[in-house]
Amino acid sequence: MKEQAQNKQIGAPMNRVDGHLKVTGAAKYSAEYELPNMAYAVLVGSTIAKGRLTGVDAKAAERAPGVLAVITHFNSPKVPGFDTAGKDPSQPATVGGPLKIFKDDKIHYSDQPIAVVVADSWERARHAARLVKGQYAPEKHKTNLEAGASEAFLPTAAKKNPKHPMNDYQRGQADAYKLGAIKLESEYVIPTEVHHPMELQAITAHWEAADKLTIYDKTQGTMATRRDFAKEWNLPEENVKVIATFVGGAFGNALHSWPHESAAIIAARVVNRPVKLMLTREQMFTNVGYRPYTWQKLGMSATPDGKITAITHESIGQTSNYEEFTESTLAQTRMMYQAPNVTTRYRLVSLDVCSPIWMRGPGEATGAFALESAMDEMAHMLNLDPLEFRLRNYTDKDPENGKPWSTKFLKECYQLGAERVGWSKRQLKPGSLRDGEWLIGYGMGVGTFGAHRGAATVGAQLLANGTVLLQCATTDIGPGTGTVMTQIAADTLGLDPKKIRFELGNSSFPKAGTQGGSSTVNSVGPATQEACLALKDKLRGLAGASNAAFASAKKEDVTLTDGYLALSSNPATRVAYADLIKQGGDKAVMVEARPGPEGQQYSMYSFSVHFVEVRVHELTGEVRVSKLVSCADAGTIVNEKTAGNQMKGGAVGGIGMALMEAAHIDDRFGRYVTKDFADYHVPVHADSPAVEVAFVNQPDPHVNALGTKGIGEIAIIGVAPAIANAVFNATGKRVRELPITPDKLI
Amino acid sequence: MNQFQYVRPSKQQAAIDAVAKDPNATFIAGGTNLVDLMKRGIATPQKLVDINRLPLARIDADPGKLRIGALALNSTVADDKQVRERQPLLAQALNAGASAQLRNMATVGGNMLQRTRCSYFYDLAMPCNKREPGSGCGALEGINRMHAIFGFSDKCIAVHPSDMSVALVALDATVLVSGPKGERRIPFIDFHRLPGDTPEKDTNLEKGELITAVDVPDGPFTKYVHYQKVRERASYAFALLSVAAALDIENNTIKAARLAMGGVAHKPWRLTAAEQLLVGKPATEDTFRQAAEVAMQGAKAFKHNAYKIKLGPNTIVQALRTAASAA
Repeated sequence: MKEQAQNKQIGAPMNRVDGHLKVTGAAKYSAEYELPNMAYAVLVGSTIAKGRLTGVDAKAAERAPGVLAVITHFNSPKVPGFDTAGKDPSQPATVGGPLKIFKDDKIHYSDQPIAVVVADSWERARHAARLVKGQYAPEKHKTNLEAGASEAFLPTAAKKNPKHPMNDYQRGQADAYKLGAIKLESEYVIPTEVHHPMELQAITAHWEAADKLTIYDKTQGTMATRRDFAKEWNLPEENVKVIATFVGGAFGNALHSWPHESAAIIAARVVNRPVKLMLTREQMFTNVGYRPYTWQKLGMSATPDGKITAITHESIGQTSNYEEFTESTLAQTRMMYQAPNVTTRYRLVSLDVCSPIWMRGPGEATGAFALESAMDEMAHMLNLDPLEFRLRNYTDKDPENGKPWSTKFLKECYQLGAERVGWSKRQLKPGSLRDGEWLIGYGMGVGTFGAHRGAATVGAQLLANGTVLLQCATTDIGPGTGTVMTQIAADTLGLDPKKIRFELGNSSFPKAGTQGGSSTVNSVGPATQEACLALKDKLRGLAGASNAAFASAKKEDVTLTDGYLALSSNPATRVAYADLIKQGGDKAVMVEARPGPEGQQYSMYSFSVHFVEVRVHELTGEVRVSKLVSCADAGTIVNEKTAGNQMKGGAVGGIGMALMEAAHIDDRFGRYVTKDFADYHVPVHADSPAVEVAFVNQPDPHVNALGTKGIGEIAIIGVAPAIANAVFNATGKRVRELPITPDKLI
Repeated sequence: MNQFQYVRPSKQQAAIDAVAKDPNATFIAGGTNLVDLMKRGIATPQKLVDINRLPLARIDADPGKLRIGALALNSTVADDKQVRERQPLLAQALNAGASAQLRNMATVGGNMLQRTRCSYFYDLAMPCNKREPGSGCGALEGINRMHAIFGFSDKCIAVHPSDMSVALVALDATVLVSGPKGERRIPFIDFHRLPGDTPEKDTNLEKGELITAVDVPDGPFTKYVHYQKVRERASYAFALLSVAAALDIENNTIKAARLAMGGVAHKPWRLTAAEQLLVGKPATEDTFRQAAEVAMQGAKAFKHNAYKIKLGPNTIVQALRTAASAA
């Protein structure tokens, strides 16, 4: 009971602290900053996929009204750091690096920026951009993964380092599934999928002095972006300021910096004015990454009583010709199920395309489509309920490294979800259930993602008006970071959340990592908690100077109230903030929280399971997801509402992945034929049922003191195979190439 | 978008003159397609003649027919009491198209004149005979999932994207046109054209001709109708394939039938032979399947749209089945 009293806000479905700002349009996104004397920039893309840029005819553009500059490789100022700029050390190492815009004449992919047109209005810049004509010496390009599969290679980082996770993995005997009496071998394909957050990628770049740069940028990491551009321009990091107070969704595509950001900064330098650059929706397909097209093969064998004996999982993903992008496609296969023999092999194919970038549930969402589909295929072969099959292969410790799980409540998730979706109605024999013209089926898919935690620092300060101001450079791309940090602070301080202000999205604030990999609450949460404790302790110390009761009080007994520092045990014992501030109580305390050694002792993962009911039309092959229940073991749930919102968003993303999302390239031209929302479909409201979410909500004592494990990725991982499995259960048709469009079912 | 002049005449003749006399002028009404095309540099008119001031938005319930003004909004027509009672198939088809927001902007005339959604038409860096005659057809050997199975040529395999037009062709509508040479009436089935050697022309409208109204004659199709649209998501997507079905059934015998398909040709595709087969037959699954087979005769698929050869008859059966039970 005492614990509940202390945790008043944590767990509560508190409304978003910035909800009002967002719905009223008062929240400012990176394209909404208006600076005096602003200029506007629009990119011009290459029309060939590979070759050299031999010239740019910009005469007509330069003569067009309002045009200030047309910048290309031929006239761009030298970016001093392009030869030395490094990469973000918080991200997995990639080989090569992001494209360096206007550095040379090489064309690496279709629609690669060959020029940026700067004008006094966005419309004029866009018009002039169309007048720019590139001249090319084209070379033969490759954009098809399957055609290039024979050239698939082990990532260079793995070749160089035998311990790199992208190396081939083996436990037990290699490819042992081939020896099994009951075995399957299936190939799976996921097409390129594009993040498409609602907010377009945009940047406003402002050189406040020759060596002082401020950018308002769409980024998931203000510190990483600051580091990138400080390096590009050989500036001390403190001379670069990155502001991303609000980010309108990202799903991974703002995890590292992109050429358009460099272009805006170069343009601002050239015209000596602040420059705003916003990509078009079409450019969002071609210039800021995507979930890579991936081919997979999965072999599995099992005993007649449903014990997996071996799994081999191979994957070939696409990358660009200038950067080796890798992702953890095969990670879930190595740790999810007991299997004495497991082999994984990860390969890449270099294509003449823009580099991929992590997209929600990166790697795992792709891999889970193969693994969780294969689980369903094997259960069907064994004539077993797929849930029962998973239970028979449940693991109580991590089979990849033998370590205990920090916590694992996946069985509880199974139980919650199966009940809610009505799993007992599922028939073993496909095609058994129907409602008139609609065939009904049930399916499930499991997801997991590492409970990652990094170092983070939060500053805490008591203001004269009795508000506590917290600051951190972390971003909020939509999950509600500011809201949950306010809840954590409220409980730690004992203060009304209305008296707390959590500021983020500014590289000048205390350090934090990039918002990605479901790690923000795990990392910034404890820093918030510890900063609040430190603030309280500091105030207690100051209060103790004038009031002996505080000097001897226990830390936990001290609480912040409206206007006073007080003792919980005796609220009459109190000292006014004004008195504390006189003694220097308004100075900020900064606390860095770092992960402990537990990460070495335990395997730390969040888990999810998604149960769906689908209806498939017998004649038209249309699929409707009629029920979707997502259950998660994500540790402590800090805010049931925002956490539920993340789960629902991930589930809807999973519906898109399963049923409609696919970006296609016409390989003859190396160009996308899906370039807008008429061709590239994402789910509309009518495609999604009322998604039900259930959390086990058990704290993980090893990740951090809050007990959180992370939600963002597991919300989508496993959804697509759950739908594919349900479609099989409804129709008897196994679709192994996403998306499951009507043409594949008739 | 290129610079353009903009005029907004209040007299019909002035509007017609403005377009007829200027080779680079074009009408604009709702602009839901034209503005997109202009933003992408696919349409580059030098002058826009806005016709929204013309009194062409009325829906007149005349004896024997509905006269729907060219400027009547898609949403207005779909919600109109007379349309819903006398031509429910048209209301259904309209509501299957676009989104609520677009239907609130798009007009009846504009809906008929929307350009194809072929990806190659929309990309200036790829060939398209419709956009740039003589440049080739990108879709022919390209990604042609959405493309035609009927009536195409080696110059163009694009399809017409309108849902409304599929219902109108089935309902024997007539397009009323006013132009520099006076007024004329075009049977709906002759309004859109097949690509042949001139795919840049979508319709048989002459330069300067303005659609003023569409007449939809009353018929027995007030009850057993259905517009079946198959698409990749539940709403707001162009059809992979669609079927407009209208039946007159008495004592389970089909007295009259109308059938048309969308998403299969350069124009809304009327299925006359299938209609003939249906008449006099019992309204059963067998009959529907026979009609569907007849309807698909002559269909030919490309690399990525072979599914339409099977989806077509299935969708016809589904449309007829639903229409027959729509009492």
